[in-house]
Amino acid sequence: MPENPTHTSGAAITAPLPPVSPVTLRINGQERQLHIAPWTTLLDALREYLDLTGTKKGCDHGQCGACTVLVDGKRINACLTLAVMQEGRDITTIEGMGTEEKLHPLQQAFIDHDAFQCGYCTPGQICSAQGLINEGKAKTAAEIKELMSGNLCRCGAYTNILAAVQEVVEMELKIKN
Amino acid sequence: MNSFTYTRAEAVEAAVREKSASGKVKFIAGGTNLLDLMKENVERPTRLIDINRLPLTKIEAAPDGGLRLGALATNADTAWNAEVEKRYPLLSQAILAGASPQLRNMATNGGNLFQRTRCYYFYDLATPCNKREPGSGCSAIGGYNRILGILGTSESCIATHPSDMCVALAALAATVRVTGKNGERVVKFEDFHRLPGDTPQFDNTLQPDEIVTAIDLPAEDFSRHFSYLKLRDRTSYAFALISVAAALQLEGNTIKEGRLALGGVAHKPWRDTTAEALLKGQPATEETFRRVAAKVVEGAKGYGHNTFKIELAKRAIMRALKQATEGMPVADAFQNSNP
Repeated sequence: MPENPTHTSGAAITAPLPPVSPVTLRINGQERQLHIAPWTTLLDALREYLDLTGTKKGCDHGQCGACTVLVDGKRINACLTLAVMQEGRDITTIEGMGTEEKLHPLQQAFIDHDAFQCGYCTPGQICSAQGLINEGKAKTAAEIKELMSGNLCRCGAYTNILAAVQEVVEMELKIKN
Repeated sequence: MNSFTYTRAEAVEAAVREKSASGKVKFIAGGTNLLDLMKENVERPTRLIDINRLPLTKIEAAPDGGLRLGALATNADTAWNAEVEKRYPLLSQAILAGASPQLRNMATNGGNLFQRTRCYYFYDLATPCNKREPGSGCSAIGGYNRILGILGTSESCIATHPSDMCVALAALAATVRVTGKNGERVVKFEDFHRLPGDTPQFDNTLQPDEIVTAIDLPAEDFSRHFSYLKLRDRTSYAFALISVAAALQLEGNTIKEGRLALGGVAHKPWRDTTAEALLKGQPATEETFRRVAAKVVEGAKGYGHNTFKIELAKRAIMRALKQATEGMPVADAFQNSNP
């Protein structure tokens, strides 16, 4: 092997890569220590460094909603934020929503209403629906449709997704009133 | 994404100081547009300054009786703020007509002003684009330009500013509070963004070492007769082909004061004060609105695929003004029917 390998393509590296730095994230109630480069998105941190693969990478550009997680109870696209920016916040992923023994009401409703086919968008749909419930703005089917529009489903299970979300929204409204 | 260093600013003055450092330094707030552009290699900063911990998240009364929107208040918190909903419902509606709930939870008011165009060629590194690479040419002129500008365009660039929020801010005559090395200044909203001319690489008039701290809404009441009409290829989660922010103050059927701004047509939110002057003192009738609409598109120029926008803009203006008059804004994000 040559001691100084010649770059065969691209420009020469002119700046040294910055070292990885320690980042502490609070995910599903647990403090997790990571050593990552600053350009690691929250989505990549979850999937590639913490083995929390429930959160899905769809478009990686904030257009599909598959990567939706909750930060301090608010839904966001994990692909469009850096992990380091979320230090000190409370992050909830699909893994923190329910357990195998006791499903989250939204998880149960998605099963009851057959609200998915391939299931790839489902974790994002469920986290987004929880965010929608936390916001408390959507009450009717039309409002739920509009406020779930950041989550795409390529299988086209929208009708059943709407039914599942609406059931839980109505349940929550009953509890409140 | 390219490699960069990351720091966190704890105070506005420190942020401004750090921003003046050498290299391509960028502030990051919500990051929804910047990180997207970095993934596409359109933006390649060498250093990011995270400004999210700066104390700029409040929405509070402004000294003149208006409302001050903190630069770091999120779009969602702003749209659903009780004072904004009550006094500036046009702004609430415009914000809710844009992006998705997730993005609105991330995106900040200051950041919204800095959104870059969604022109396909700006994103496509394989094609010339004067905004991305000054002097390389404009691929949109003579290219696929259905979504692009018809007003205030130049031979260098026909990009549009993509924001909905900014269209309402333009109509409401907001001002932008800016802090730089030499202290604070206030910028009229229409002077914040700029037309492309032969330097389309500059979207706005902010200096490199300046930071937006707040957006002020004046104490004028346009809460009764307003409309944010957004026309797009699908009814939710799409950029505007044409959007119209219309706001009126009526005395009986006479227009005391009228405001009009358009989105999706120009390099900046397009407020037309000459057309607004044609509203003042006139009856709120179709005839008046037709005159105003014709005035707005007087200097419009189509580029082929987007030529339909000239007629669409006229009709959208008339419809928005009619809806504003009737006090029935349809741009309600919750409305289910096709606008």
